[in-house]
Amino acid sequence: MTQIISLFQAAIVFGTVILFGATGEILTEKSGNLNLGVPGIMYLGGIAGLVSAFFYEANTANPSAIVAVLLATLCAFLASALGGLIYSFLTISLRANQNVTGLTLTIFGGGVANFFGGSLNKLAGGVGQISVAVTSGGFRTKLPGLSHLGTVGELFFSYGFMVYLAIVIAIVTQYFLTKSRSGLNLRAVGENPGTADAAGINVTRNKYLATCIGAGISGLGGLYYVMDYTKGTWANDGGIEGLGWLAVALVIFATWKSVNAIWGSYLFGLLSWMYFYVPGLTRSSQEIFKMLPYLVTIAVLIIISLRNRKENQPPASLGLAYFREER
Amino acid sequence: MVFLETATAVQMKDVTKRFGEVVANNKVNLELKRGEILSLLGENGSGKTTLMNMLAGIYYPDEGQIVVNGKDVAIRSPKDAYDLGIGMIHQHFKLVDVFTAAENIVLGLEEKGKLDRKAIAVKVKEISDKYGFDIDPNQKVYDMTVSQKQTVEIVKVLYRGADILILDEPTAVLTPQETDKLFAVMRNMKADGKALVIITHKLHEVMDVSDRVAVLRKGEYIGDVATTDTDPQKLTDMMVGHAVTLNIDRPKADKLTERIEVEHLTVKDKDGINRLTDVSFTAMGGEILGIAGISGSGQKQLLEAIAGLQIAEEGSHILYKDPEGKEHELLGKNPLDIAKMGVALSFVPEDRLGMGLVGDMDLTDNMLLRSYLTGRGAFADRKAPKKLANNVVDELEVVTPSIATQVRKLSGGNVQKVLVGREIAMNPTVLMSAYAVRGLDINTSYTIYNLMTEQKMKGVAVIYVGEDLDVLLELCDRILVLCGGQVSGIVDGRNTSKEQIGLMMTQLQDKEAKA
Repeated sequence: MTQIISLFQAAIVFGTVILFGATGEILTEKSGNLNLGVPGIMYLGGIAGLVSAFFYEANTANPSAIVAVLLATLCAFLASALGGLIYSFLTISLRANQNVTGLTLTIFGGGVANFFGGSLNKLAGGVGQISVAVTSGGFRTKLPGLSHLGTVGELFFSYGFMVYLAIVIAIVTQYFLTKSRSGLNLRAVGENPGTADAAGINVTRNKYLATCIGAGISGLGGLYYVMDYTKGTWANDGGIEGLGWLAVALVIFATWKSVNAIWGSYLFGLLSWMYFYVPGLTRSSQEIFKMLPYLVTIAVLIIISLRNRKENQPPASLGLAYFREER
Repeated sequence: MVFLETATAVQMKDVTKRFGEVVANNKVNLELKRGEILSLLGENGSGKTTLMNMLAGIYYPDEGQIVVNGKDVAIRSPKDAYDLGIGMIHQHFKLVDVFTAAENIVLGLEEKGKLDRKAIAVKVKEISDKYGFDIDPNQKVYDMTVSQKQTVEIVKVLYRGADILILDEPTAVLTPQETDKLFAVMRNMKADGKALVIITHKLHEVMDVSDRVAVLRKGEYIGDVATTDTDPQKLTDMMVGHAVTLNIDRPKADKLTERIEVEHLTVKDKDGINRLTDVSFTAMGGEILGIAGISGSGQKQLLEAIAGLQIAEEGSHILYKDPEGKEHELLGKNPLDIAKMGVALSFVPEDRLGMGLVGDMDLTDNMLLRSYLTGRGAFADRKAPKKLANNVVDELEVVTPSIATQVRKLSGGNVQKVLVGREIAMNPTVLMSAYAVRGLDINTSYTIYNLMTEQKMKGVAVIYVGEDLDVLLELCDRILVLCGGQVSGIVDGRNTSKEQIGLMMTQLQDKEAKA
C-alpha cells in the first residue's frame, strides 16, 4: 500500500513538471508555432528562479518564504517568456525555420542555465552547497490541515502549491481556447493565418503573445523541478532536458488539449517511475521501462492518425511562417 | 428601374499597384454605386483581383486614392476594410476547417468575453432568412460542400454589417443550380441597397446578373458600360482589345487509330466508395475525346488511373496500343514507365500547383522535372529544359519576370500555361488534360485549344476534361459524359446539343432507359 501511494506521489510530482511544459507548449502550438525549445525554456525558468532565490536569501537577514516564492516565480516566468520572445522574433518577424530555431533555443537555454548553475555552485562553495532553504521550503509547503487525511490526504494533498497551480493553469488554458473569443481567434491563427488575417485578427500579435506566455508557463516547469523535485539544488545532469522532451511528447499525447495533458502527465509520471517499484529489475530492464512514455506517445500518434478525426490533428499551419503578401 | 438612392459607395482614383517590375494595376479609376451589381471583367492577369484586394485591405496601393462613402481612406488591413463596411469573398475560401460555420462567422470580431454560441446562431439565422441563405451554424466546415462554404463566407461578411461586397469568381466552383441560387441572393442584397462587385470570366453571367460592367485590360482601366447597352461580343472586344473569333477550329484527322482502350474500370476511394464504376471507352489517336460531367464525377480518378496514379479494382483493364501495334496493360505499371510510353498527363488540379509543378522551383527546374533522367551520368542536362522554358514563355506568352522566377509567384493562368506547355513539349502519343483552361482568359484558352487540335492532327489521342460545355461541343470530336462515376453516354461532338449533354450529366438516362 505505502509502495503504491509513494509511486502515485512520485508520478504526480514528476507529472507536474511536464504538465507546465506541455500546457505552455499547447498554448504556443495553437498559434501555429512549433517551439521545440521547451527544454531550453524550462532550463531558463529553472535557473532564473534559483538565482533569484539564492541572491534574495543571501542578501536578506530574515528572508520571507512568501516573498521568496513570488520573486522566484516571477523571475522564472519572465526569463522563460524572454526565451519565447527570442523564438518569436526569429520565427515570426524574421520568418526563420521554426524547427531549427526551437532546437537552437534548447541548446542555448541549456548552456545559459548550466553556465549560471555552475557559477552559482562555485559561489556557494561547491556542488550541492547551494542553499535556498527558505524558498524551497516555501515551494514545498503542503496544504495545511488537508495533508493529514490519511490515504486521501497523502495521495491528493501532500504537495506544494505548484502541483495545484499546474492543474488550474491547464484548465484555464483549455477554457480560454475553447470558450472565449480571444481563444477562438488564437486557434484560427494557428489553423489558417491567412483566414485569420482576412478576418481582421492581428496574426503577429497573437503569435507573439501566445508564444511568450506559453514559454512563461513552460518555464514554471523548470522552476518546479529545481525547487521541489531536486529541492533547491543545481546539477549539470541534463535532467530538465529529458523532461522537456517528454513535455513535447505529452502535447501530442494530449492531442493539443491541455485538460488531457493533466491525466496524461500523471500517466507519464507513473510509467517513468514504474521501474523503481517493479521488483527484480536489472539495470538494463529498467531502461526498457523508462521507454514507456515514449512508446505510449508513438501508440497515440498511430491511433489518432488512423482515426483521422480533424479535431485531434495538430493545428493546420503548425510550423509554417506567415507572410501576408506571399502568393 | 432602380428607385433606391444611388449614391456612390466606392471611388478608386488613379490607383496603381506594382509587384516588382510587373505593374498589376496602372492608374485605374473605378466607381461603385449603392444598389447596383457591378461586373469586373478582364482577361487573366488583367489585375481584377489585385484591384479588389486593395479595397479588401490585402494589398496596399502604391499610388492613387480610394474614397469610400465620400471620404478619403487608407485601407491598411482587412480590419480597416471591415470597419468601412467592405467585405470580400475570396476565390480561395478563407475558412478554418475545424471550426463550425458560426465560429468562422464571428472570427476576429471585437466583442469581448465568452463566446455565446446560441446568440450567434440566432443572428446568423436572421441574416439567412433575410436574404434566402440555407445554412446550419453548427456544421463543421470540413463537412461542407463548396457551395455551403461560399454561403458561410457571404454570411460572414454580412454579419459584420458589410454593405459593399466583392465576390471573386464566385461561380467558378458552383453547379448551374447553385449559381442561380447565388444570383438570387445577390439580387436580394442589391434590393437591400448594398453595393456588389462580381469578378467573373463568364460573359453570360455578366449579362445575367449585373447592372454595369467595368473592364480591365492588362492592368489598365478600359471603361464601363451599362449591361443593357452591351452584348457579349462588345464586351469581348473591350476585354481583349480586338475581336476574337468565337469559333474553335475543328479539322478532321485523316486517320483514326485506337490508342487507349479502357474496359470495366472501377476505382474506389480510401473510404471504399466507388468513384468510377465499370467505365469502358476507347480513345483514338487523331481525335479529341472530351469528358464532361459535374465536377467530382470521377474525372480526376479516370485520368489518374490511366497515368498510373490510382489503384483500380480487379477486372479493370486499361490497354495502351503503341504505334507499332503492340498492346500494353497500363494498370499496375508505375507512372514513370507509363510516361515513357508516351502517355502525358497535364492534369491541372483545383489548386493548380498541387500536381505537376513545384511552386518553389523556377520555370527551368519545373521543365527539368520531366527530363531529369536524361543527361550525362549523375548530372542532369539543364540546357534543354532552359530552352524549353524560354520556348514556352515565348509561345504561350507567359507573363513572368524571367525563367528563373519561382512558379508560385506567377498568376494562376500563367502557372497553367507553363504546365500545359511542358506536357505538350513531351511529344506524347496520348495527351490528357483536366481543366486546362480553368481561370485562363479567352486568348490563352484559344492558344490551348489550338495546341490540342495541333496535337490531334499529329495523330495524338487527346483526352480533354472540360467544364464549359460550349467549348467541349466546339472542340471535341466525341464527348464522354460521366455521371456519378459512371459513363452515361458517349456522343458525337458535332451533332449533339448542349441540353442533351446537360441532361446526361445529371442523370444516367441512357442506361436506365436501356435497362
